[in-house]
Amino acid sequence: MLSYIVRRLLLSVLTVWAVSMLSFAIIQLPPGDYVSAYIAQMQAMGTLLSEQEAANLRILYGLDQPVYVQYLKWVGLAVQGNFGMSMEWGRPVLDVIGDRIWLTLMVSLSAVVFTWIVALPIGIYSAIRQYSLGDYVFTFIGFIGLAVPSFMLALVLMYLGFVLLDANIGGLFSVEYADAAWSLDKLWDLMQHLPLPALILGLAGTAQMIRIMRANLLDELRKPYVVAARARGLSHTRSVLKYPVRVALNPFASTIGYLFPYIVSGSIIVSLVLSLPTVGPVLLKALIAQDMFLAGTIVLLLGVMTVIGTFVSDLLLMWIDPRIRMEGR
Amino acid sequence: MAEAVVTGGAFTTAAEERISVATQWQLMWWRFRKHRLALVGGIVVIIFYLVVIGADFLAYSDPHASEAQRGLLPPQFIQFFDEGRFRPHVYAIKGKRDPVTFKRVYVADPEDKIPIRFFASGFEYRFLGIIPSNVHLLGVEGTTAEESIFLLGTDTQGRDLFSRLMYGTRISLTIGLASVALSLFLGILLGGLSGFYGGAVDTVIQRIVEVLRSIPTIPLWMGLAAALPREWSIIQVYFAITIIISLIGWTELARVVRGKFLALREEDFVMAAELAGCGRMRIIFVHMVPSFLSHIIAATTLALPAMIISETSLSFLGLGLRPPAISWGVLLQQAQNIQAVAISSWLLLPVVPVVVAVLAFNFLGDGLRDAADPYGI
Repeated sequence: MLSYIVRRLLLSVLTVWAVSMLSFAIIQLPPGDYVSAYIAQMQAMGTLLSEQEAANLRILYGLDQPVYVQYLKWVGLAVQGNFGMSMEWGRPVLDVIGDRIWLTLMVSLSAVVFTWIVALPIGIYSAIRQYSLGDYVFTFIGFIGLAVPSFMLALVLMYLGFVLLDANIGGLFSVEYADAAWSLDKLWDLMQHLPLPALILGLAGTAQMIRIMRANLLDELRKPYVVAARARGLSHTRSVLKYPVRVALNPFASTIGYLFPYIVSGSIIVSLVLSLPTVGPVLLKALIAQDMFLAGTIVLLLGVMTVIGTFVSDLLLMWIDPRIRMEGR
Repeated sequence: MAEAVVTGGAFTTAAEERISVATQWQLMWWRFRKHRLALVGGIVVIIFYLVVIGADFLAYSDPHASEAQRGLLPPQFIQFFDEGRFRPHVYAIKGKRDPVTFKRVYVADPEDKIPIRFFASGFEYRFLGIIPSNVHLLGVEGTTAEESIFLLGTDTQGRDLFSRLMYGTRISLTIGLASVALSLFLGILLGGLSGFYGGAVDTVIQRIVEVLRSIPTIPLWMGLAAALPREWSIIQVYFAITIIISLIGWTELARVVRGKFLALREEDFVMAAELAGCGRMRIIFVHMVPSFLSHIIAATTLALPAMIISETSLSFLGLGLRPPAISWGVLLQQAQNIQAVAISSWLLLPVVPVVVAVLAFNFLGDGLRDAADPYGI
């Protein structure tokens, strides 16, 4: 058990390291460096920077040193929570991101919860009532969910909301709460806006989960022990829920690790369509403006968030599945 | 297999005998045929690739011909009958300003009929990039197609959406193929190494796969795609996007290949080949690859839709292919503004081919996966 946790932890550390390398690469990729971009921006605004000032800036950001030193410097500062300045906003990167990273987490988590809550009962239902009308309907919806990329679903729903309800269904807050400080009312307002993005983001994952759950449970229900349980007089519900569902849940739980990165990834682009105040729109703007410290930091934070999420789901899996707990012994 | 006929003796029917002497590929085809949805999916995929080949022929307008006077023209219908006779035509369309709202409105004039001709001549193109031609499926008489036919309406710059959709299909579907080809190469190479050698190689490659799979892909792609120099040509961006997409896409294929290698390594026929003194490369390519080739084809078909969606997403964000390149994602960029879509809903139409293509590939892939193992139950 302990060895399992340690192994997972090591893998998480490895992933964080890989993410940090990739984020740094993103910062480094565009031609020129931060300072030349800054000088160009200053020139566009009519201010000329002298050679001396440019050189000072380069030393400040360590740009005169080899790449690995720059990387270490960047990581060192990042660990202390200093991610540099956003060029476009002229403010520290963390200030710009602010609440947005937590809202991204909220949206993603609610999509995961949506997936579980919806997929589990429907998967069980589809397996018990195989080939019934409901089974076909859910299979059909499932296929649509798999085929329609979440951002297109968002576009179509926005359009329908606009035409049928004459309302803008995007956003995470009502107008009066958008810039207000956090309060219980604002939280309640957020809760009311969460279901739609959760549905849009969760649908593809839900479709997949239903298919997995249905297939697993069907395999399980055909086994002799279920017949034996029925023969001994267990009620139908009990003979399904007590053991077959629990066994069928295992592969179901193991896919959670991949579900979370997938949903976080989707949330970026869906946020743009639905104009949710997550990191998505900021990331896109930063990339287009080549505001690389901001962009790299967002990719890094998203990566770290995903790694933590995956680690937590691994622990959950261990709790559900005794075989994993035994594995380490 | 021939033995089965002998042991079955007098009881084997003609149908059973047919099965017992059929080749593996024949068995697969028979099994695949039973899967109706997969068959439909296969046909749809073939149609899509016919569009890819004949995009220039099917498009009737030059996809780049813009004209502000025709901006956001709604879809127009072909009138097939004229006074009871089959004489396809469209009504001429006049643009006017609404005196109250100053919005541009288009009015069809039923008096002014423009006859439609099949296999008519239009803008010049090179079929398959070689044969110069100007024949198009649809055309009009008396005027140019650019000025008169708008089956799916026009975009903000007055370019014909139907013709652009044809060209978009070409780019979106080939970029998917190119990415899958590259992913397949990486997947077979790394998955094969991992499965065949096992041990430390396997551990390292599997960790890489796990790390890559636990990173959210879209932000990473966005970052890499945004770093592509602005001055690159369409072709350069096309290949760069292909590489960026396959950079992560190979992991799934590698997983499948590795699994198959691990399973096959233990098979008796591999052992037999080894005992007969076959070299390692010969064992892999002559004995092992043919037995999981069908699985690879199925996995590839299932990987394609993800690639198509990736390209569409990136281009939609403006980080993938950029105009003047035309792809489904580029076309959908115009649908980003929901107010524009609410007024000109036809801008959402490129969603349809994306969804149909993704569904068709999924059904086809499902059928292929089932057929890939014709000896199972």
